[in-house]
Amino acid sequence: MVIQTKDADAADLVFHALADATRRDIVARTMVGEQSVSALASHYAMSFPAVHKHIAVLERAGLVTKAREGREQLVRARVEQVRRASRLLDELADLWVARLNRLGEILAEPQEGAGS
Amino acid sequence: MTVVAVRKDLGAATITFVAEFDAPPERVWQVWEDPRQLERWWGPPMWPATYTKHDFVVGGKSQYHMTGPDGTQAHGWLRYTAIDAPKRLELIDGFADETGRENPDLPTSDMRATFETIDDGTRMTLVTVYPNAEALTTVLEMGMEEGMTAALGQIEAVLAP
Repeated sequence: MVIQTKDADAADLVFHALADATRRDIVARTMVGEQSVSALASHYAMSFPAVHKHIAVLERAGLVTKAREGREQLVRARVEQVRRASRLLDELADLWVARLNRLGEILAEPQEGAGS
Repeated sequence: MTVVAVRKDLGAATITFVAEFDAPPERVWQVWEDPRQLERWWGPPMWPATYTKHDFVVGGKSQYHMTGPDGTQAHGWLRYTAIDAPKRLELIDGFADETGRENPDLPTSDMRATFETIDDGTRMTLVTVYPNAEALTTVLEMGMEEGMTAALGQIEAVLAP
Protein backbone atom coordinates (compact mmCIF):
# COMPACT_ATOMS: atom_id res chain seq x y z
CA MET A 1 0.00 0.00 0.00
CA VAL A 2 2.65 2.54 0.99
CA ILE A 3 5.04 3.24 -1.87
CA GLN A 4 8.76 3.02 -1.15
CA THR A 5 11.00 6.05 -1.74
CA LYS A 6 12.85 4.32 -4.56
CA ASP A 7 9.53 3.79 -6.32
CA ALA A 8 8.66 7.43 -5.72
CA ASP A 9 11.90 8.53 -7.45
CA ALA A 10 11.03 6.26 -10.35
CA ALA A 11 7.56 7.77 -10.34
CA ASP A 12 9.09 11.23 -10.75
CA LEU A 13 10.67 10.08 -14.00
CA VAL A 14 7.43 8.47 -15.13
CA PHE A 15 5.30 11.52 -14.45
CA HIS A 16 7.84 13.85 -15.98
CA ALA A 17 7.80 11.65 -19.07
CA LEU A 18 3.99 11.64 -19.19
CA ALA A 19 3.68 15.40 -18.65
CA ASP A 20 4.29 15.97 -22.38
CA ALA A 21 1.53 15.47 -24.98
CA THR A 22 3.84 14.08 -27.68
CA ARG A 23 5.29 11.55 -25.28
CA ARG A 24 1.83 10.51 -24.13
CA ASP A 25 0.89 10.02 -27.76
CA ILE A 26 3.98 7.89 -28.37
CA VAL A 27 3.05 5.69 -25.41
CA ALA A 28 -0.52 5.38 -26.65
CA ARG A 29 0.57 4.41 -30.18
CA THR A 30 3.16 1.89 -29.01
CA MET A 31 0.74 0.28 -26.57
CA VAL A 32 -1.29 -0.93 -29.51
CA GLY A 33 1.76 -2.48 -31.13
CA GLU A 34 5.43 -1.80 -31.74
CA GLN A 35 6.26 1.06 -34.09
CA SER A 36 9.44 2.10 -35.84
CA VAL A 37 10.98 5.41 -34.84
CA SER A 38 10.53 6.71 -38.39
CA ALA A 39 6.84 5.71 -38.45
CA LEU A 40 6.34 7.52 -35.14
CA ALA A 41 8.23 10.58 -36.36
CA SER A 42 5.87 10.91 -39.33
CA HIS A 43 3.02 11.78 -36.94
CA TYR A 44 4.65 14.86 -35.45
CA ALA A 45 5.57 18.26 -36.82
CA MET A 46 9.07 18.11 -35.40
CA SER A 47 12.51 16.93 -36.42
CA PHE A 48 13.52 13.29 -36.27
CA PRO A 49 16.13 14.01 -33.54
CA ALA A 50 13.44 15.76 -31.48
CA VAL A 51 11.24 12.65 -31.65
CA HIS A 52 14.27 10.58 -30.76
CA LYS A 53 14.79 12.72 -27.68
CA HIS A 54 11.19 12.17 -26.56
CA ILE A 55 11.63 8.43 -26.97
CA ALA A 56 14.83 8.56 -24.90
CA VAL A 57 12.93 10.27 -22.05
CA LEU A 58 10.29 7.56 -22.19
CA GLU A 59 12.95 4.89 -22.25
CA ARG A 60 14.66 6.31 -19.14
CA ALA A 61 11.34 6.27 -17.33
CA GLY A 62 10.90 2.64 -18.32
CA LEU A 63 7.74 3.43 -20.24
CA VAL A 64 9.01 2.09 -23.58
CA THR A 65 11.72 -0.23 -24.80
CA LYS A 66 13.67 0.16 -28.03
CA ALA A 67 15.02 -2.74 -30.09
CA ARG A 68 16.98 -2.71 -33.31
CA GLU A 69 15.60 -4.76 -36.16
CA GLY A 70 17.66 -4.48 -39.32
CA ARG A 71 17.85 -0.80 -40.20
CA GLU A 72 14.82 0.09 -38.09
CA GLN A 73 14.50 0.83 -34.40
CA LEU A 74 11.27 -0.51 -32.97
CA VAL A 75 9.59 1.12 -29.98
CA ARG A 76 7.22 -0.75 -27.72
CA ALA A 77 5.37 0.49 -24.61
CA ARG A 78 5.89 -1.29 -21.31
CA VAL A 79 2.31 -1.71 -20.24
CA GLU A 80 3.16 -2.67 -16.63
CA GLN A 81 5.02 0.62 -16.11
CA VAL A 82 2.10 2.62 -17.49
CA ARG A 83 -0.17 0.76 -15.08
CA ARG A 84 2.16 1.55 -12.19
CA ALA A 85 1.93 5.27 -12.91
CA SER A 86 -1.81 5.04 -12.92
CA ARG A 87 -1.70 3.25 -9.55
CA LEU A 88 0.13 6.27 -8.05
CA LEU A 89 -2.77 8.44 -9.10
CA ASP A 90 -5.05 5.87 -7.44
CA GLU A 91 -3.23 6.35 -4.14
CA LEU A 92 -3.63 10.11 -4.29
CA ALA A 93 -7.30 9.64 -5.08
CA ASP A 94 -7.55 7.34 -2.03
CA LEU A 95 -6.45 10.19 0.24
CA TRP A 96 -9.36 12.29 -0.94
CA VAL A 97 -11.83 9.42 -0.89
CA ALA A 98 -10.94 8.81 2.78
CA ARG A 99 -11.41 12.53 3.44
CA LEU A 100 -14.80 12.58 1.71
CA ASN A 101 -15.93 9.50 3.61
CA ARG A 102 -15.07 11.22 6.89
CA LEU A 103 -17.00 14.28 5.68
CA GLY A 104 -19.97 12.01 4.95
CA GLU A 105 -19.82 10.54 8.46
CA ILE A 106 -20.01 14.00 10.01
CA LEU A 107 -23.03 14.83 7.86
CA ALA A 108 -24.71 11.57 8.93
CA GLU A 109 -24.52 12.53 12.60
CA PRO A 110 -27.72 13.84 14.15
CA GLN A 111 -27.56 17.62 14.22
CA GLU A 112 -27.51 19.50 17.49
CA GLY A 113 -30.72 21.32 18.16
CA ALA A 114 -32.52 19.35 15.46
CA GLY A 115 -34.70 17.61 18.04
CA SER A 116 -34.70 13.92 18.96
CA MET B 1 -21.71 5.08 0.01
CA THR B 2 -20.57 8.67 0.06
CA VAL B 3 -18.19 8.75 -2.90
CA VAL B 4 -20.04 7.69 -6.02
CA ALA B 5 -17.41 8.30 -8.73
CA VAL B 6 -13.71 8.99 -9.10
CA ARG B 7 -12.29 9.99 -12.50
CA LYS B 8 -8.55 10.17 -12.99
CA ASP B 9 -6.83 11.91 -15.88
CA LEU B 10 -3.15 11.03 -15.77
CA GLY B 11 -2.12 13.35 -18.60
CA ALA B 12 -3.94 16.38 -17.22
CA ALA B 13 -2.96 15.53 -13.61
CA THR B 14 -6.57 16.01 -12.62
CA ILE B 15 -8.77 13.92 -10.36
CA THR B 16 -12.53 14.44 -10.19
CA PHE B 17 -14.62 13.11 -7.31
CA VAL B 18 -18.39 12.95 -7.14
CA ALA B 19 -19.88 12.43 -3.68
CA GLU B 20 -23.50 12.38 -2.56
CA PHE B 21 -24.68 13.23 0.92
CA ASP B 22 -28.06 12.89 2.67
CA ALA B 23 -28.01 16.53 3.70
CA PRO B 24 -28.98 19.76 1.94
CA PRO B 25 -26.24 21.92 0.34
CA GLU B 26 -26.53 24.45 3.19
CA ARG B 27 -25.52 21.73 5.66
CA VAL B 28 -22.68 20.41 3.43
CA TRP B 29 -21.44 23.98 3.11
CA GLN B 30 -21.09 24.21 6.91
CA VAL B 31 -18.42 21.49 7.04
CA TRP B 32 -16.24 23.79 4.90
CA GLU B 33 -17.22 27.07 6.51
CA ASP B 34 -16.91 26.04 10.15
CA PRO B 35 -13.22 25.35 11.00
CA ARG B 36 -14.18 23.07 13.91
CA GLN B 37 -16.13 20.84 11.49
CA LEU B 38 -13.57 21.17 8.69
CA GLU B 39 -10.72 19.93 10.89
CA ARG B 40 -12.71 16.84 11.84
CA TRP B 41 -12.53 15.44 8.29
CA TRP B 42 -9.47 17.13 6.78
CA GLY B 43 -6.79 15.04 8.53
CA PRO B 44 -6.65 11.26 8.89
CA PRO B 45 -7.45 9.79 12.34
CA MET B 46 -3.73 9.35 13.12
CA TRP B 47 -2.92 12.87 11.82
CA PRO B 48 -5.72 15.12 13.09
CA ALA B 49 -5.90 18.62 11.62
CA THR B 50 -6.05 21.86 13.60
CA TYR B 51 -7.08 25.07 11.83
CA THR B 52 -5.34 28.04 13.44
CA LYS B 53 -6.74 30.56 10.95
CA HIS B 54 -9.87 30.34 8.78
CA ASP B 55 -10.60 33.50 6.83
CA PHE B 56 -13.38 32.04 4.69
CA VAL B 57 -13.81 34.91 2.20
CA VAL B 58 -12.60 35.39 -1.39
CA GLY B 59 -8.90 36.21 -1.16
CA GLY B 60 -8.85 34.98 2.45
CA LYS B 61 -6.60 32.30 3.78
CA SER B 62 -6.75 29.36 6.15
CA GLN B 63 -3.80 27.87 7.96
CA TYR B 64 -3.71 24.45 9.49
CA HIS B 65 -1.39 21.78 10.75
CA MET B 66 -1.77 18.07 11.14
CA THR B 67 -0.17 16.37 14.13
CA GLY B 68 1.21 12.85 13.83
CA PRO B 69 1.41 10.14 16.50
CA ASP B 70 4.99 11.19 17.41
CA GLY B 71 4.11 14.88 17.64
CA THR B 72 5.46 15.77 14.19
CA GLN B 73 3.49 18.57 12.58
CA ALA B 74 2.77 19.02 8.86
CA HIS B 75 1.65 22.53 7.94
CA GLY B 76 -0.56 23.67 5.09
CA TRP B 77 -2.69 26.54 3.91
CA LEU B 78 -5.74 27.16 1.72
CA ARG B 79 -6.51 30.36 -0.19
CA TYR B 80 -10.05 30.96 -1.40
CA THR B 81 -10.43 32.15 -4.99
CA ALA B 82 -14.22 31.85 -5.35
CA ILE B 83 -16.99 31.48 -2.78
CA ASP B 84 -20.66 31.33 -3.75
CA ALA B 85 -22.56 29.79 -0.81
CA PRO B 86 -23.85 27.11 -0.94
CA LYS B 87 -23.12 26.34 -4.60
CA ARG B 88 -19.48 26.82 -5.47
CA LEU B 89 -16.14 26.92 -3.72
CA GLU B 90 -12.69 27.29 -5.31
CA LEU B 91 -9.39 27.30 -3.50
CA ILE B 92 -5.65 26.84 -3.78
CA ASP B 93 -4.13 24.19 -1.53
CA GLY B 94 -0.47 24.47 -0.51
CA PHE B 95 2.19 23.45 1.97
CA ALA B 96 3.84 25.60 4.63
CA ASP B 97 6.91 25.41 6.86
CA GLU B 98 6.84 24.93 10.67
CA THR B 99 6.07 28.62 11.19
CA GLY B 100 3.09 28.42 8.84
CA ARG B 101 4.87 30.38 6.10
CA GLU B 102 4.05 29.27 2.54
CA ASN B 103 6.65 26.94 1.10
CA PRO B 104 7.29 28.13 -2.49
CA ASP B 105 9.40 25.05 -3.27
CA LEU B 106 6.43 22.74 -3.03
CA PRO B 107 3.65 22.70 -5.60
CA THR B 108 0.17 24.02 -4.98
CA SER B 109 -2.96 22.42 -6.36
CA ASP B 110 -6.29 23.94 -7.31
CA MET B 111 -9.56 22.59 -6.04
CA ARG B 112 -13.00 23.41 -7.41
CA ALA B 113 -16.12 22.17 -5.65
CA THR B 114 -19.71 22.54 -6.79
CA PHE B 115 -22.76 21.65 -4.72
CA GLU B 116 -26.04 20.63 -6.39
CA THR B 117 -29.36 19.79 -4.82
CA ILE B 118 -30.48 16.24 -5.61
CA ASP B 119 -33.58 14.34 -4.44
CA ASP B 120 -32.40 13.43 -0.96
CA GLY B 121 -29.54 15.78 -0.45
CA THR B 122 -26.45 17.11 -2.16
CA ARG B 123 -24.18 16.06 -4.96
CA MET B 124 -20.72 17.54 -4.45
CA THR B 125 -18.36 17.44 -7.43
CA LEU B 126 -14.77 18.10 -6.53
CA VAL B 127 -12.06 18.65 -9.12
CA THR B 128 -8.45 18.65 -7.95
CA VAL B 129 -5.99 20.03 -10.49
CA TYR B 130 -2.23 19.70 -10.11
CA PRO B 131 -0.06 22.10 -12.14
CA ASN B 132 1.63 19.09 -13.75
CA ALA B 133 2.12 15.41 -13.17
CA GLU B 134 5.37 15.98 -11.27
CA ALA B 135 3.54 18.13 -8.78
CA LEU B 136 1.12 15.31 -8.33
CA THR B 137 3.97 12.98 -7.37
CA THR B 138 5.36 15.53 -4.90
CA VAL B 139 1.98 15.98 -3.26
CA LEU B 140 1.65 12.23 -3.01
CA GLU B 141 5.10 11.93 -1.43
CA MET B 142 4.16 14.60 1.13
CA GLY B 143 1.04 12.61 1.88
CA MET B 144 3.19 9.56 2.45
CA GLU B 145 5.56 11.46 4.73
CA GLU B 146 2.58 12.57 6.74
CA GLY B 147 1.58 8.94 7.09
CA MET B 148 -1.70 9.59 5.35
CA THR B 149 -1.56 6.55 3.12
CA ALA B 150 -0.56 4.38 6.08
CA ALA B 151 -3.64 5.60 7.90
CA LEU B 152 -5.91 4.50 5.10
CA GLY B 153 -5.97 0.88 6.24
CA GLN B 154 -7.24 2.00 9.63
CA ILE B 155 -9.95 4.13 8.06
CA GLU B 156 -11.10 1.22 5.96
CA ALA B 157 -11.19 -0.93 9.10
CA VAL B 158 -13.34 1.66 10.86
CA LEU B 159 -15.72 1.95 7.91
CA ALA B 160 -16.11 -1.83 7.48
CA PRO B 161 -19.40 -3.09 8.93
